[in-house]
Amino acid sequence: MVTSIQILFIIIAGITLGCALMVVTSRNLVHSALWLVAALFGVAIVFAILQAGFLAVVQVVIYIGAIAVLIIFAIMLTRRIAQDIGPRFNENWAWALAVALVAFVALGWMLASQPVAHTPLVPLDTRVDPVVLLGAALVSKYMLPFELASVLLLAALIGAIVVAWEKK
Amino acid sequence: MSDPINLIATWLRELLVSWGLAPGLITFIMTLLGVLAVAIFVLVIDIFLVWVERKVVARFQDRLGPNRLGPFGLIQPFADVIKLLIKEDITPNGADKVVYNIAPILALATVLILWAVIPLSSTMLGADLNVGILFFVAAGAIGTMGILMAGWASNNKYALLGAFRTVAQVVSYEVPMVIVLLVPVILARSMSIGDIVKGQTIPYIVMAPVAAFIFLISAIAELGRAPFDMVEAESEIVAGFHIEYSGMKFGMFYAGELLHALTMGALFASFFLGGWRGPWAETYPLLGVVYLLAKAFFLYWVIMWIKYSLPRIRIDHMLNFNWKFLTPLALVAMMVTAIMDKVLAQSGTVFYALGMLAANIVIIWVTFYILSTYAHGERQRVAEPKPLATPELGKAPKS
Repeated sequence: MVTSIQILFIIIAGITLGCALMVVTSRNLVHSALWLVAALFGVAIVFAILQAGFLAVVQVVIYIGAIAVLIIFAIMLTRRIAQDIGPRFNENWAWALAVALVAFVALGWMLASQPVAHTPLVPLDTRVDPVVLLGAALVSKYMLPFELASVLLLAALIGAIVVAWEKK
Repeated sequence: MSDPINLIATWLRELLVSWGLAPGLITFIMTLLGVLAVAIFVLVIDIFLVWVERKVVARFQDRLGPNRLGPFGLIQPFADVIKLLIKEDITPNGADKVVYNIAPILALATVLILWAVIPLSSTMLGADLNVGILFFVAAGAIGTMGILMAGWASNNKYALLGAFRTVAQVVSYEVPMVIVLLVPVILARSMSIGDIVKGQTIPYIVMAPVAAFIFLISAIAELGRAPFDMVEAESEIVAGFHIEYSGMKFGMFYAGELLHALTMGALFASFFLGGWRGPWAETYPLLGVVYLLAKAFFLYWVIMWIKYSLPRIRIDHMLNFNWKFLTPLALVAMMVTAIMDKVLAQSGTVFYALGMLAANIVIIWVTFYILSTYAHGERQRVAEPKPLATPELGKAPKS
């Protein structure tokens, strides 16, 4: 029995994979970046299908709004790489394909062997706001990892300031 | 007859049920019709906005504006639209055709999509997302992408410069905007725009004037309107990212910009002015739409007022203003609101609002004190004699 959500998932996942393939095969670096945006957007839609609205929106804000824009900006600011420069493959493509396949099979096997993979999708309880639960969990149960991540980001910020500091 | 829109929706749903359609299909059809209704409503307002913009700018510049076609020139926007539609559609040589054509669609669509989360009245709300505010930020991010794509695909150096400036401006002004949007979230304890409007028995502009001020400024910067129109600065880079676009493709950028300004007004109204709230808006939901549009148009007028009164600021000043003034101020406003919220947690609504207002007044006072000290130092620095005008000019300069 294939439900409409499964059909939707297969279509979206197919489009996402296609976009991801275009990222590595397209002849133009800016096109690659734009295909990457499409692939990231596809992942956001998958989150939305799983009723993880917060993750979907954050995926768009962070990956498209910040990271992809940064990538495109870096490409545009670098001389002579924003044009067609021929095929993207060198002689090692077969090795890369083999490694990618092995990684995919290993990850897929690991996920499929988990008991969680065989439970059917349960609709979320509409009475509780998942964002509220997430927020509460971040400052209680996952306090230490959350703070560690914040400290890491702060260190990166300070590092960026120190690197850009003009010595007088 | 207090709620005609939902009455029609219920009638239509019952009609579809009586035809014996599957419930999933009925939901799909009803959603599609809702999306179409909101989009058409907003786009019709958009046509009208062209007239509003031209008429108001004329008034600011002591002119009459369009007054020949129809009463008060009301048919002028239709003439504009027809002109745009029948213009030749040019794609420049060397342009990246697909990207070039997707960009204007993105520019308009990312603005239209925002109306899905703006509550039009107590019963009319497209999607009550629990992450409405982040949805707004995400739509803005895709809009930035549209401008970048337009600038790059045009194969024009001015367009590319416009795209660079967009990234510098829009991305940096997003920082104080997102920080400051946490203030209504703290006050309403929800990220859903519907809940934020419902929480405003006292409009949040009373409790958070600093946040409202920062949101308005960063909204104008996000729009790329004067004094932040570095993105299209006519006198510097001709028209920026949309220089190569003509006909309806340009029209979509233009319509997107006008509608974006009104949408920002509607969002400002929802976050800080109580959205659809007003006398009798609960009993007559249609009145809520009128209130929301009135507030949105007032904000639209404020944005135009600022646009046509102030000259463009220099790009380095613009960035300094953002990173050295707005961002720290936004952080302070957010932290003070969070602390005051805990301090005032036990007090009543009026007392809570007064406490927040007092905290904001202290922030404003301290900000003005720091600014006047800084201005004093700057004036002294500027008043110092310049080394260029010294009499030793004839000597060879020491490396």
